[in-house]
Amino acid sequence: MSTATETKPKRTIIPFGPQHPVLPEPIHLDLVLEDEKVVEVIPSIGFIHRGLEKLVEKKDFQEMTYVAERICGICSCIHGHSYCEAIENVMNVQVPERAKYLRVFWDELSRIHSHILWAGLFADSFGFESLFMHSWRIREKILDIVEETTGGRVIFGYCKIGGTRRDIANGRLKSIVTELKAIEKECHSITDVFEKDYSVKKRTKGIGMLSKDDAVKLGAVGPMVRASGIASDARKLGYAAYGNLTWELITESGCDCHARLMVRCREIYQAFDLAYQAADKMPDGPVEIKVTGNPTGEFAARLEQPRGEVIYYVKGNGTKNLVRFRVRTPTFANIPPLLKALEGCELPDVPVIVLTIDPCISCAER
Amino acid sequence: MTEQQLISTIQKTELPSKAAEMFKQGFRLVYVCCTPGDPLEITYSFDKDYQLFSFRIMVPRAEAVIPSITGSYFCALTYENEMQDLFGIKVENLAVDFKGNFYKLQVKTPYKDAGLAQPKADTGAQQK
Amino acid sequence: MSLMKIAGLVSGWALRKPATRLYPFVKRETYPHTRGHIEIDIGKCTFCTLCEKKCPADAIAVDRAAKTWSIDRLRCISCNACVEACPRKCLSMANTYSPAMLQHGIQTFAQNPAAPAEK
Repeated sequence: MSTATETKPKRTIIPFGPQHPVLPEPIHLDLVLEDEKVVEVIPSIGFIHRGLEKLVEKKDFQEMTYVAERICGICSCIHGHSYCEAIENVMNVQVPERAKYLRVFWDELSRIHSHILWAGLFADSFGFESLFMHSWRIREKILDIVEETTGGRVIFGYCKIGGTRRDIANGRLKSIVTELKAIEKECHSITDVFEKDYSVKKRTKGIGMLSKDDAVKLGAVGPMVRASGIASDARKLGYAAYGNLTWELITESGCDCHARLMVRCREIYQAFDLAYQAADKMPDGPVEIKVTGNPTGEFAARLEQPRGEVIYYVKGNGTKNLVRFRVRTPTFANIPPLLKALEGCELPDVPVIVLTIDPCISCAER
Repeated sequence: MTEQQLISTIQKTELPSKAAEMFKQGFRLVYVCCTPGDPLEITYSFDKDYQLFSFRIMVPRAEAVIPSITGSYFCALTYENEMQDLFGIKVENLAVDFKGNFYKLQVKTPYKDAGLAQPKADTGAQQK
Repeated sequence: MSLMKIAGLVSGWALRKPATRLYPFVKRETYPHTRGHIEIDIGKCTFCTLCEKKCPADAIAVDRAAKTWSIDRLRCISCNACVEACPRKCLSMANTYSPAMLQHGIQTFAQNPAAPAEK
């Protein structure tokens, strides 16, 4: 390629982050550029590292539920649920049926609000501010329903070992479903823009390609991998009440940013449908069961967060403090695919690609 | 969800060949977990069709050196660099070695002494 | 045309009143079960210290001898664990958030009728 007279283009390094208007949380990427084209990315994380895994030495396993919920603000709901699933599997606790359906209901509401939040941030990353504002306006209505039923807008705090802490009366549940149907109709006004608008398509089609092979080899999870044509979703494991609900996996074959956008938009409507099914099939009964004793043994619970598959590994030895508490969040698993998707892109496309993995860095670093 | 989770303990020298075998059979790497204690237990979990299989190696704390599996699974580089930065384990033949700069921390290897001290009966720092 | 979709949404909102609230002049109404701040009915308290043990943030301090119950409002994460643990049901969760403070102080409630109830 190079002869004696040809010179290689000069490389510059531009730091992206840790503070950037488009990032919800700080991450540092050193972009190595050859004349506005990214050739290499060097990541470094650790700005939000709080050492939460080491906190098991001080807090007993019941208090760790509150710590687990507060690992992240956006996906807090399913973090708490995953921790409870892991401990319940270790201690062989059978959660009552009504609690399982309630957990599915709140998990799906959390998925809707997280995807709408992401859609707004994604629109902001290519400068479409009015779409960002309207997405977050619609999201407020979901958060109002959540606050009324659980007590918290951001940290739901509904899950405890052995069931849920709150219940929703059957009459109120029916009126919530009616309100959700009205919100779902409003969501069409923003997802239609994402799907069909000319400027959105220009900024996202063909950008950030991640081929099917790369997605498997690099261990991508969640909508990243489903947009590359691979059908993989941890909800198919059948935890909580997902085994009793009927739903189909959503995949796209575009492998680019637009495909990931469409996967998430379609998942919003699928989440609405799952919430209606859970509310419809909810049985009567208690919502909690008393749990005594300490956990002995180990288990790795796998659940589907809005960003992908999360793994909660707990190991206990019969005392009230756990031996090991390890969380592997989907954003951490999506970092190698991000480095691959960024290669070869232009500098203005970097925020768009960084946002398409839905970075939740406080989850990734705990 | 009470799925069967199979864990088999192997020697650390067998690790790269086992990883290559799993890659050929189409498994994906799910996560790598290091449990502190003496010896350190490092678990590598693989998944295919929603079934989880794990390999576990025991490494003595004094001499924590393990081979890397980035030869077959490039995505393992984040997990192995994280283990180097948090636990102080040395990983050999890493495809991309950040040499301790992956995690920007004020205290180097904060989890190195985890799991050794007994948990204190601590009611916390309360201001009276 | 696909440009009309967002134009319709945006211009429709130009004719309506804004979706945002003029805080701090208009405050948001919270719901009955919102987790705001902890309140105690100090007359019923027996100082069993269960709430102090259950608190994950170590925000509560109970002094059995002096019969006082203190809470550090800035440490409290409003998780409701103490309310659920209290055997006398003297703790309750109010639905307004605790106000901002200029100095970090601890709020103490005493059962002694001679001393003032709140510092």
